[in-house]
Amino acid sequence: MTTHLRLPLPKPLQDIIHPPPTPGVLGVFSYLDTTVDAIKKLRAAGHTDFTVYSPVPRHEIEDALGQAVSPVRMFTLIGGIAGCAIGAWLTLWMSYDWPIVLGGKPVGSVPPYVVIMFEMTILFGALSTILGILFNSAFAARRLGTIQYDERFTNDRFGIFVPAASDKASPVEKLLRDAGAEEVRRG
Amino acid sequence: MAETQAPPPSSRLTYDYVTRTIARTLGNPTRGYFLLLGAAVALLAIGIITLLFLIRYGLGLAGYSHPVYWAVFITCFVFWVGIAHSGTLISAILFLFRSGWRTAVYRTAEAMTVFAVMTAGLFPLIHIGRQWYFYWLIPYPNERGLWPNFKSPLIWDEFAIGTYFTVSTVFLIMGLIPDIAAVRDLATGWRKKLYAITSLGWTGANEQWRHYTRGYLYLAALATPLVLSVHSVVSWDFAMAIVPGWHATLFAPYFVAGAIYSGCGMVITLLTPIRKLFQLEEVITVHHFENLAKLCLLTGSIVSFSYVTENFVAWFSGNPAERAAFWYRAFGPYWWASWTMNICNGLLPWLLWSKKVRTNITALFVISIFVNIGMWFERYVIIVVSLAGEPYTTWTNAVYNPTWADWGIMAGSFGWFFMWFLLFVKNFPAVAISEVKEVLAPPRRQKARAGVQHT
Repeated sequence: MTTHLRLPLPKPLQDIIHPPPTPGVLGVFSYLDTTVDAIKKLRAAGHTDFTVYSPVPRHEIEDALGQAVSPVRMFTLIGGIAGCAIGAWLTLWMSYDWPIVLGGKPVGSVPPYVVIMFEMTILFGALSTILGILFNSAFAARRLGTIQYDERFTNDRFGIFVPAASDKASPVEKLLRDAGAEEVRRG
Repeated sequence: MAETQAPPPSSRLTYDYVTRTIARTLGNPTRGYFLLLGAAVALLAIGIITLLFLIRYGLGLAGYSHPVYWAVFITCFVFWVGIAHSGTLISAILFLFRSGWRTAVYRTAEAMTVFAVMTAGLFPLIHIGRQWYFYWLIPYPNERGLWPNFKSPLIWDEFAIGTYFTVSTVFLIMGLIPDIAAVRDLATGWRKKLYAITSLGWTGANEQWRHYTRGYLYLAALATPLVLSVHSVVSWDFAMAIVPGWHATLFAPYFVAGAIYSGCGMVITLLTPIRKLFQLEEVITVHHFENLAKLCLLTGSIVSFSYVTENFVAWFSGNPAERAAFWYRAFGPYWWASWTMNICNGLLPWLLWSKKVRTNITALFVISIFVNIGMWFERYVIIVVSLAGEPYTTWTNAVYNPTWADWGIMAGSFGWFFMWFLLFVKNFPAVAISEVKEVLAPPRRQKARAGVQHT
């Protein structure tokens, strides 16, 4: 049921962007509270590696999943510090590489260079934040494999995909149905 | 009129309704859309032809006359950078303030930011005259071993605008990803392929949201100081010089407030027709316009206060050159430009104290156009009139007058901006689907104590 466009990619990229399929059970939910209920029940039953789809980010889902804070913040921090350092290096090294006295000021005068350092902090911080989001999402996708998806999940339905081998799928199906799934599929 | 009445019953505003209403804006373009696009492209063609003339015959075609060598092109540059600012204000600063109302209007504002910076960036290049040497601005190792002068505000500006363009573009694209995915799941044909590629495999899985929401927060946190810095740096292009009328420490906050004032005006100018054309009255309500008007009122008041301060300080400083410059500004040959600026930016926002005006979209649309005119003239007054004015009048007898080349390039810039904007609203969701849903009450089986009913 997945709708992703399948573009042939070179080997390592192919594995990251289109990982091999994972068997499991997909439940489709109409309501937020039933989804949260199902998450709690799944966690109580010992499931940890399931995926929750939602059209909007909701704190209820986050709290029920008990996720750790995303490591993207480290990317932002390191990118920002690196940008600031690059800005300082760029301005100071270039000033001393061809020293010209301007306006009777020191060749390497830090106050005006703060502007460049500031802009470079923002630029590198923002770009490495983007890389952080892309890398972390790609790693997560690689870990989960290609899992079932439904086109309604970007519209108005919530979904839970629980990876399970076919012989262990029926208790998961029952659990999702009991929690209020309007539709349960195996794949 | 529908817009002056109470908002329609919110019962129709379900997740599904929001997705479909916004996705509908991407349907087949009407004749009206093609007429607008054609007009934009025609304006752009005027700009391109003018630019070709400028390249062939030189900048002498523009109205430059000694000592006014910063004129309409730099005015337009500052104008367009200013327009960009409210987009980031609405998308980043209001995001950090958790203002729910921003969700319906921020995508338009953010797209406006990106296209306005794209437009602004053209002007310094046109202004340097030899566009093919623009790369001299970039610090690159060259055979002369020279590096840019990092003490120059013009180089700061290059870094600020470059960063602003990059960051606002990635911020726009980031916000678009979940919405493109929502449209992808409704689309058919080549559009499905386009959206499948541009949504980068978005499914709304919890791992995606987890990194995305955090990353978005940090991007907003980085964009917030950036937007305040960019127009400050633009203002230092002037304030670091000793020209009377430019050399003021007030410039940075004064320019930032002016930028947001003009940008909010432009957002109203753009949203009014979009809302009508795409029938988004239920998503973008009078409430949103009223809030934009309040932002205009706030920033417009700061601008008015800056005008008063500027004139007061010129008098209070006792500096004869400064006093003469401001006298020349108000009562010299360019009095009409100064008074256009004072009336449009100083007096007009006072109308917005009235709730009747703030909730009347037609009135807001008209006011927003005058806001844009006023803010263009503000930059014209600051740049041209300061250079043309005292104490330089002693050495010159020619009055600066823009020529057809100045107006042609300016018309082209409007064409360029509106062309990109119109192409954007027809090809990508012009209203943030997932964020509009975020401020709705989610569907629950157990009715929440105070929620939005769903069908």
